[in-house]
Amino acid sequence: MLITFNINNESRTVEVFPMARLLDVLREQLHLTGTKEGCGEGECGACTVILDGQIVNSCLVPVAQVNGSNITTIEGVAQQDQLHVVQQAFIDHGGAQCGICTPGMVLAAVDLLNRNPEPSEADIRNGLAGNLCRCTGYMKIFESVVRAYQK
Amino acid sequence: MANNHPIGKPVPRKEGRKKVTGQALYVDDLSFPDMLHGATVRSPVARGKITNISFEGDIPWNEFVTVTAKDIPGANYVALILNDQPYLADGFVNHAEEPVLLLAHKDKYLVEEARRNVRIEIEELPAVFTLEDSLAKKEIVWGEDNVFKKFLVDKGNVDEIWDEADLIVEGEYETGAQEQLYIENNGAIAIANPDEGVTVWGSMQCPYYVHKALVKLFGLADEKIRIIQTETGGGFGGKEEYPSLIAGHAALLAWKSGKPVKIIYDRAEDMVATTKRHPSRTRHKTAVTKDGRLLAVEIDFVIDGGAYCTLSPVVLSRGTIHAAGPYVCPNVRIHSRAVATNVPPHGAFRGFGAPQSIFALERHMDKVARAVGLTPEEFRRRNFIHEGETTATSQMIRERVDMDGLLTRALELSDYHAKRERFARENASSNGGFGTKRGIGFATFMHGAGFTGSGEVYLQSIVSAEATSEGKVRILAASTEIGQGTNTIFSQIASEALGVDFESIEIVQPDTGRVPNSGPTVASRTSMVVGKLVESAVLGLKQTLLGSGLLPQQYNDAEFKKACADYIAKFGSLKTSSTYQPPPNVHWDDEKYQGDAYGAYAWAVYVAEVSFDELTYEARVEDFVAMQEVGRVLNPVLAAGQIEGGVAQAIGFTLFENVVWKDGRMANNQMTNYIIPTPADIPPIRVFFEENPYAYGPGGAKGIGELPMDGAAPAILNAIEDATSVSFNSIPLMPERMITEFS
Repeated sequence: MLITFNINNESRTVEVFPMARLLDVLREQLHLTGTKEGCGEGECGACTVILDGQIVNSCLVPVAQVNGSNITTIEGVAQQDQLHVVQQAFIDHGGAQCGICTPGMVLAAVDLLNRNPEPSEADIRNGLAGNLCRCTGYMKIFESVVRAYQK
Repeated sequence: MANNHPIGKPVPRKEGRKKVTGQALYVDDLSFPDMLHGATVRSPVARGKITNISFEGDIPWNEFVTVTAKDIPGANYVALILNDQPYLADGFVNHAEEPVLLLAHKDKYLVEEARRNVRIEIEELPAVFTLEDSLAKKEIVWGEDNVFKKFLVDKGNVDEIWDEADLIVEGEYETGAQEQLYIENNGAIAIANPDEGVTVWGSMQCPYYVHKALVKLFGLADEKIRIIQTETGGGFGGKEEYPSLIAGHAALLAWKSGKPVKIIYDRAEDMVATTKRHPSRTRHKTAVTKDGRLLAVEIDFVIDGGAYCTLSPVVLSRGTIHAAGPYVCPNVRIHSRAVATNVPPHGAFRGFGAPQSIFALERHMDKVARAVGLTPEEFRRRNFIHEGETTATSQMIRERVDMDGLLTRALELSDYHAKRERFARENASSNGGFGTKRGIGFATFMHGAGFTGSGEVYLQSIVSAEATSEGKVRILAASTEIGQGTNTIFSQIASEALGVDFESIEIVQPDTGRVPNSGPTVASRTSMVVGKLVESAVLGLKQTLLGSGLLPQQYNDAEFKKACADYIAKFGSLKTSSTYQPPPNVHWDDEKYQGDAYGAYAWAVYVAEVSFDELTYEARVEDFVAMQEVGRVLNPVLAAGQIEGGVAQAIGFTLFENVVWKDGRMANNQMTNYIIPTPADIPPIRVFFEENPYAYGPGGAKGIGELPMDGAAPAILNAIEDATSVSFNSIPLMPERMITEFS
């Protein structure tokens, strides 16, 4: 089927298999490889994207559902060369190590700050609870989020 | 802003921008024209003879490329230590999920369907699945006695002590398998043909391990095999030896098909088929005086190596050497064995045997303290090793060691004494109901950096540095960035040594066609050992420039750039290399397992505070203090990140991560039911460093990467015992196990 959606502020029309995972369409058809696959079952959050203002695991979304939607992937977070404050904070405060969870984690943090500009520590933990990181032990990710909203 | 002296500063990660914007390219992000997708057909059973392979279902089999053991051009083994593991089973399987056959097709969905339609018939043979059954030789499944390797460390004579000792305390301790669970699964892409040879791109820690293995697999000359590391989404040991297998499989399919082939495991395959931490069992027998001084320590340490030898001898070695810890004792005997079972081979995982033996030791030290009637603190203080004293392998400690000072600070920072008293009081008054009990415990330990014994001498690692005519300095090394900060640390070391701007240092992508062999990215060796070679190599560049008269003794960035440009204009190129030289006075006897086991040790005290819910049997870590001396801290943000990440993995190892085995196969091979700590589960991890620069490390640094995996498990179980008065000696400690113990 042919579907149209708005991705990173650009309208795209693609021919898809309706039950294809949004993740695969992003990576394979649109070549937006910043969205990662970690588990394929909605546990790790590496494939997080923002879909109509909500973060979702793109591995669990059949692409037929996104017709007419707005999607932001990691490639759409920075404005040209200007990094988002969350991205800059992740660089400055050690929020990224191996980087594979980072796109999803950054999107979850951006979404959290959109909804809650000054989250408490508990809010941050809950806001990121759907995104797993095996490198950092999360401390520097929490710190990055705090530094980002303080900017 | 120029940063010409970055050592000790929180310099941001070199490749950070690529990672936060999604531009960093991991292996699955790469694609080649005409590329096929490969899949691995695996054994459905643990042990037996392959009697038939049939291709079934409604699958266009003629469109597929298939590879079996018969198609292997060179030797059918993964070259590592004993070369006993085949790339593809040839008539016989020794573990469930053992690779038997490879498939490739351009449609990755069809290849998955095809994989399910290959039927492998096997005449099953009896198998062993536990370390106990292997030791008991219930079935001989490897060699003559199921033993891959044994070691004996013998210092003094323990046998003379047992009769005269005031007190003898015995204990038995167990640790389970643990999945590395890097968030990026294993993957590789290969292009291979007789003309060009074999090129592999992949997620890996050790490009030259893969190189060595593929040279044998294809029977080709060294220069015909080229291995390139792509951005790697975590390793933790899980991408130390395994990438040799998946790279070889992709290359075999590429060789036969003449097309590029990509193999990417999904999570279920990665968890069920690839390596995990070795399960272990440790028995301690300890003789002490009535005032709490160690007289004799006897340790029996056994690890389950799985079906093939892989790295088990080396894992066993590190576990053996660390088994007696940072204590001084005149009589020590450590007897250790790595045994075979019919489960997928266990392999490298951060800590590499040491977390297993240190878990046992630090639980046992609390037990001995109680038996003597001393606090865990006082008992350890009476036995800590000091400068001038010897370890279990009779290694004389020549640097300043201050375990007492580390312990004092860690206990202060965690408010240990006040909490211990308060928890005891509160726990006593809460008896009878379903409330929460609290406890606090700690572990004191050390971790040796670099390869064991003569290992670094055998490795003969090399690092090169080359200048460009623009005045950039490129570092050429096979050491990989896997999240731990190699790119940044090497750049800091080179920048500091040359006194030039951090931004002028470039790290060349690890590619065996381009970089020398600086050894594997393992064993907490990259900063300390390879970093030292980076320092020497760039100092070589500087000497050459000074010697040529093109660089003044005192110079700024512009003068350095000009000197590079002038030198290259005059002589064509500027490149220097540095080869490993051991520090002086390091002697190791591989036969007796005595001597200087490691060039340097990091020393640490970790304190855990726990709560225990009497209704749900859940134990939770509420606060964690990690205090360590790691030489000079090269980058405080990266160093703290290593410790925090390691502690989180160790908390998982202790309380969350339970590999459920069924007939030698991991039954819970999904992130849904193999649980790692989430952002909601982790306590504040408070990291503190004491700095004591190490003379032979770059900028004074020692190794750091594995250390944080060692101490958390025993600290947490010591705290749970403090809370509940019940002694648990086996991890992972799941609520189900605690229920059994309490009732």
